[in-house]
Amino acid sequence: MGEFKVHRVRFFDYMPSGIRALAFNRDIERIAVARMDGSVEVFHCSDRFFQEKIIPGREQCGIEGLSWVGERLFSAGLNGGITEYDLTNQKVKYTIDAYGGPIWTIAGNQQGTHLAVGCEDGTVKLFEVNEDKIQFERNLDRQKSRIISLSWHPSGSKIAAGMMDMIQIFNVETGHSVHRLLADRGVGTSRSKECVVWSVVYLSDGTIISGDSVGMVKLWDDQTGTLIKSHNVTKCDVLALSVSQNEDSLVAGTSEGTVVQFQFISMVLGKDDKEWVRTRTFKNHTHDIRAVAEITTAVVSGGMDAQLVVRPLLDKVEVRSAASALRKIHFPHRRLVSCARKSGLMLFQYPGHLELWRLGESEGKGSSLFVKRNPEKLLHLKVKGEDHIRCSAVSPCGEWIVYSTASKLRENTLHGLKHFLFLFFQISKLPMVLSSANQLCFSSDSSHLFSASAQSSVHIASLSQSGCKFVGTLKPKSGSHQAIHLLAASEDGKWLASANSDHEVHIYNLQTRKAHCTVPVYSSAVTAMGIHPTTNCLFMMYADQQMCEYSIEQKQYTDWSRTVQRKGLHRFWMERDTPCLNVMFNPQNPSHVILHDTYMLCIIDQSLPLPDDKTQFYNQLTLKSLPEEQRKSHSHAFKVCKTFKDILCVELMSDQSLVVVERPLEDVASQLPAPIKQKKFAT
Amino acid sequence: SLNGKYKVQRHGLFVLCTSGDSVKVYSTRTEEWLHSLQGHTNQVTGIALNPANHLQVYSCSADGTVKLWDFIDGILIKTFIIGYPLFAIYVSEKHEGIVFLHIGFQLVAVHLPKSAEQEVEAKELSAVSSHISPNPSCTAFGREGQYIAFARNLQLNVYFFRKQKTYSFSLKATDKKGAKNAFTCIACHPTDDCIATGHEDGKIRLWRNFIHKKEYTYSTQHWHHNAVNTLCFTPEGTNLLSGGIESVLVQWQYGTGNRKEFLPRLGGSILHVSASSDGQLFCTSHSDNKITVIESSFKVCGVIQGLVKDAVLTDLMIDPRSKALVLNGKPGHLQFYSLLRDKHLYNLDIVQQEYIYEAGLDQFEVVKAAFDIKGYWLATVEERGQKSSDLEFFLKLWSYDERTQSFVLNTTITAAHTDRIISMCFSSSEETTMLVTIAEDGQFKAWCQGVDADTQQDQNFWSCDFVGSYHNLKPTNCSFSADSSLLAVSFQEVITIWSPDTWELLTTLCQPPGVIRDLCFGRLSCSKYLISTTTRNLLCCWNLLTCALEWSTSVEVSKLQSDPLSENVAAFSYQSKHTDLFVFKPNEPRPLFTHKNVCSEKIHRAVFVPREEPLNNCDESSQWLNRSQLYFLTQNMLVIDDSVAVTPFYLLLGKHRQQQQKLNTPSHQAADRPQQPQGSVTITELLHTPAHVLPPASVLCSMFVSSLLISNTGEMESSEQEMNSEKEEEDSEGEMEACDSQQELRAQGSVDEVTPKLSKAQERELKRVRKTDFSWMAGLIDSKP
Repeated sequence: MGEFKVHRVRFFDYMPSGIRALAFNRDIERIAVARMDGSVEVFHCSDRFFQEKIIPGREQCGIEGLSWVGERLFSAGLNGGITEYDLTNQKVKYTIDAYGGPIWTIAGNQQGTHLAVGCEDGTVKLFEVNEDKIQFERNLDRQKSRIISLSWHPSGSKIAAGMMDMIQIFNVETGHSVHRLLADRGVGTSRSKECVVWSVVYLSDGTIISGDSVGMVKLWDDQTGTLIKSHNVTKCDVLALSVSQNEDSLVAGTSEGTVVQFQFISMVLGKDDKEWVRTRTFKNHTHDIRAVAEITTAVVSGGMDAQLVVRPLLDKVEVRSAASALRKIHFPHRRLVSCARKSGLMLFQYPGHLELWRLGESEGKGSSLFVKRNPEKLLHLKVKGEDHIRCSAVSPCGEWIVYSTASKLRENTLHGLKHFLFLFFQISKLPMVLSSANQLCFSSDSSHLFSASAQSSVHIASLSQSGCKFVGTLKPKSGSHQAIHLLAASEDGKWLASANSDHEVHIYNLQTRKAHCTVPVYSSAVTAMGIHPTTNCLFMMYADQQMCEYSIEQKQYTDWSRTVQRKGLHRFWMERDTPCLNVMFNPQNPSHVILHDTYMLCIIDQSLPLPDDKTQFYNQLTLKSLPEEQRKSHSHAFKVCKTFKDILCVELMSDQSLVVVERPLEDVASQLPAPIKQKKFAT
Repeated sequence: SLNGKYKVQRHGLFVLCTSGDSVKVYSTRTEEWLHSLQGHTNQVTGIALNPANHLQVYSCSADGTVKLWDFIDGILIKTFIIGYPLFAIYVSEKHEGIVFLHIGFQLVAVHLPKSAEQEVEAKELSAVSSHISPNPSCTAFGREGQYIAFARNLQLNVYFFRKQKTYSFSLKATDKKGAKNAFTCIACHPTDDCIATGHEDGKIRLWRNFIHKKEYTYSTQHWHHNAVNTLCFTPEGTNLLSGGIESVLVQWQYGTGNRKEFLPRLGGSILHVSASSDGQLFCTSHSDNKITVIESSFKVCGVIQGLVKDAVLTDLMIDPRSKALVLNGKPGHLQFYSLLRDKHLYNLDIVQQEYIYEAGLDQFEVVKAAFDIKGYWLATVEERGQKSSDLEFFLKLWSYDERTQSFVLNTTITAAHTDRIISMCFSSSEETTMLVTIAEDGQFKAWCQGVDADTQQDQNFWSCDFVGSYHNLKPTNCSFSADSSLLAVSFQEVITIWSPDTWELLTTLCQPPGVIRDLCFGRLSCSKYLISTTTRNLLCCWNLLTCALEWSTSVEVSKLQSDPLSENVAAFSYQSKHTDLFVFKPNEPRPLFTHKNVCSEKIHRAVFVPREEPLNNCDESSQWLNRSQLYFLTQNMLVIDDSVAVTPFYLLLGKHRQQQQKLNTPSHQAADRPQQPQGSVTITELLHTPAHVLPPASVLCSMFVSSLLISNTGEMESSEQEMNSEKEEEDSEGEMEACDSQQELRAQGSVDEVTPKLSKAQERELKRVRKTDFSWMAGLIDSKP
């Protein structure tokens, strides 16, 4: 397997941002996640919750609600604006002001015709969803207190609005209030505190379910306006509710970090009179759960502890497999670290700034080395303006840094993305055409910059001491216009591969600047890829843990790749729950491919036989105990190293040392605010 | 004893509970024992109200029969012979004429034949399930008897009668958080399809939708910190009651998540909960042999207390005032139990600290107690930390308060001795009361109630009067003579005789080898004798006038007990795995009465209980019982347990043992099955005697019941037996006649009672040994200064 000198880097203080809202779109099986820092992410539910799209946020842009209307995604926030996102190019499409003060909630009706927002001034505003914009229609009866939560009746004729101390039911047609349901305040000292109805759900049979700050989940009848039943779920707040498509399961997220499930069950078996019964309780969070989504096969929850938890409901899952396991997503499925391989520099991407570090040096031999020179921080670069960084890169020679942000948009202008190039603190102006970048990449000799742009195209700029010059654009022959999320340039500077959200992988010939070929489209998204330095084969990792090797020159899958497909991968490999984030090649041994995900580092030796389900997958210890001559017969292609945990990035430097950037989850947890204090038995 | 299950009758008027081989009926209003339903010949294992007639009850027993009773009048209506030992019975309204019985590991439906005869054989058996938990609370009927739910280890099964289909649901043995998921009990909701299950780690799960293989669901609630022992839905289904070791009855409101009410401090751990059919009364049975009757408003309205069977550490004592038996009761209490009326009188709180019902805690326990002769003073010793090195103990003195008719604390002595108190006794004189304590620190102390000159308070507190020791030897026992003129304290092998008036060491007596175990002064005409036993199988009788050994005999005596009302002394001898009883007068070395093989365990505690009226029995051999009765407490290890299992006394012990077996996990499950009786001969004979020969049933019954002095420590089992049935004596008389050789020996002035049948050579040898013994002894005494 070979030995590497490993730089174990723990000075990247990346803090994931808390989750504020979730929106599930059943038709396209995507779940949208809004974070505290204003970023919006889209996960593909049937592709192992791969993070397909990331739209970076901005300073001072607190998103409070997310809503899908058809395949369009809208958000509303405390800045009072409603934002629609351009999911193809992964950016904000437009923002319009609702003129009602901060917006607490947004809800689209099932028909896809209207959006309702609840404002601080007590109005529920209806917006008509047009072809390419939304248009204010009218206000419903103005209330005295702010509107915290909204839910449409599936027919679209009524809206339930949760407020302070009460729930109002509006007739959408007339705009008048039909019923006022008073929510009880807590007992004792909390009597003087208002009861906040954090969440409401309107069911098609006329039942309204509310979750409030007293810790109750209450069921109301909208005909009579009476309380049917109340369940005391927690001593703290019930912050979020979500009901399944067929309205037989409801989940409630509480500020204790628990998710409580209610099921609509017939009390007498075989009869139809059903009741909502509290059933299961899931505790996977340490902090407040701000958003939940019942997606029939699983419960997705997110909160202040910044992790997205997918808890499968096994009774609804057809086949139990790795795809239906409990999943906790802590880190983005993109690389936040780039390395200058030749000069030992690392660039860390934070939402609002970049940090450039020089790696330390060590001496001696053994399992832990003496640090001769400490790593040092060379550069702390703050972003101009309020926008957060979308992507960044450092050139292999370490002379250039490039990053891209999403700038503040003015209405109807798509222009505004900026590039900055640094050559040792000399800021180079970029050509105008390089105005938008979804992904950035340098050629291996640092002479060219590749910038993925709109319409799945890639712009090329040549770099020299004098500055940066636009050279040309690579356009795919056909296919989708989805944004590119991965770029890979070959070592010899001849080839460039790009992968976009529609799972397409295009290969360009950089000498002719023409599209060379397209890798056959696979059903799963590409999570990492790299071009082999000697054979020029493109090695791709997919979200469902499959792997492919594609010979660029022969325009076909290699024999090894076909063998992998035929024999299948080991069960343990397929059951891993985080995607591979980087593909590297060992120049010393061309048959070695180095991969990593959040929990492990793996070297695939293509010269060794593939393991089948009967072979022991994690066999390093066994091999160690065997005599030299027997080892060969027992070894297989996968060598997994689990020494490192919570890995953000692994990179192979040109001096044959590995850089492993870890971000221990304990460190993340220690930086979170203290959770709600709970009495635990025997403490 | 009220061990076992019980049901509350329809209007909550009666509580039924199994007790040994009978079912007892109590009134919930007056808490009085009304009558028992007797007729089973082995332990009654389950009872169930007849769903067709709520004035009737089915009972099943390990003797293989199901009996139907009219429990108001106490009449046996019918007997159904099944032929296999039965462990539990379940009935349902839906299944008329069918009872479900627990036979072996099977649940079997039995059609009860409709025949007019009194005794019918039920032959129509059909198995419902072949794998059923030995715990009867792990099986329950569902709504309207449509299904039956039973759990075993980690699997819940629901059998639907109409579909004839079983649905099974399994839990993992443990989860990441270390939960223990094994099922401990089951209850089904009366109107909804909801099954409540209790688990080993204290969780309660409510199962619903259990006709789906996959889409079944359950909710979990957790309050109990230890296994849930019992679950019960109220008849309307609005509440769920649960209980466990915490001795807190928890009422969960059904359907509202975790809203619950508590009824704490009920006594021992809760074993069963049941609700009356109108839902007005609940009943809990406890490990300390108690039934609590609780109103639906969650208030205790009655307690039916049996003799507490927890670990007995104190001696058996008789309160001279009430003639009640006194011994350890509730933890930290002394219980007063009237043997004459077979009723628990009251508990006296000695420790006066809250007892925490959790295993493995080191809490204060009463280890010694003593009454003075008039019953005016009570001395107690409580101890904590026996196992660890830091021993804490208090000596407390209690005086009887005429006004409150109870004992009130007079003096607490925190450091009476520097080490553990071994024994104590009150002087028996009429004028002054004195307490002598001996401790492991090598000292004995005399305590007197003195007038404190400094404080001049009304109350007189106890203070130390004298501290004595003898060559730094460790004292082993102490005793006052009948007139309190002498105090005997034994130090290892030496008996020292002191005068309590002057605290002068009068004389020492010694007969090695062996450490003195018991000391006992003769009474009445024999008060000049002092009897001692040693660990090396020697029973010595000293004449205090001559200070010489009157006689001695080689017999291993585990307990020596003198009758306060006569000269008689009872000695329990434990040899070759059985205990013999000898009763003798100190003035003659010949036993008045011998009873071989009383029981198979070693006896450490016994007491003579004075009769209310002396009997005038002319029979010579039983005259010693004319004035008092002898009660003793046996301790048998679990190993011997099974051999005694089926003696009727075992049946009286009843459920207690069954629960232990529950703890003892599967390997001991087989022990549940009765085996051939092979306990002591006399006991079986006593119980197999035709009824017309026996004394009135009322006498026998109360004696049986009162005889349940049972210690309940981990592996120890104890049973108490009572010895004074006339019939029994007749038996033993015959036995005595049988061993002629022994009589011969006695005629020759020999005192051997241990070896009944010896060859002539052996006898001669024995005689020779005894003679040498005597001479050697005499020489020893003479040589004393």
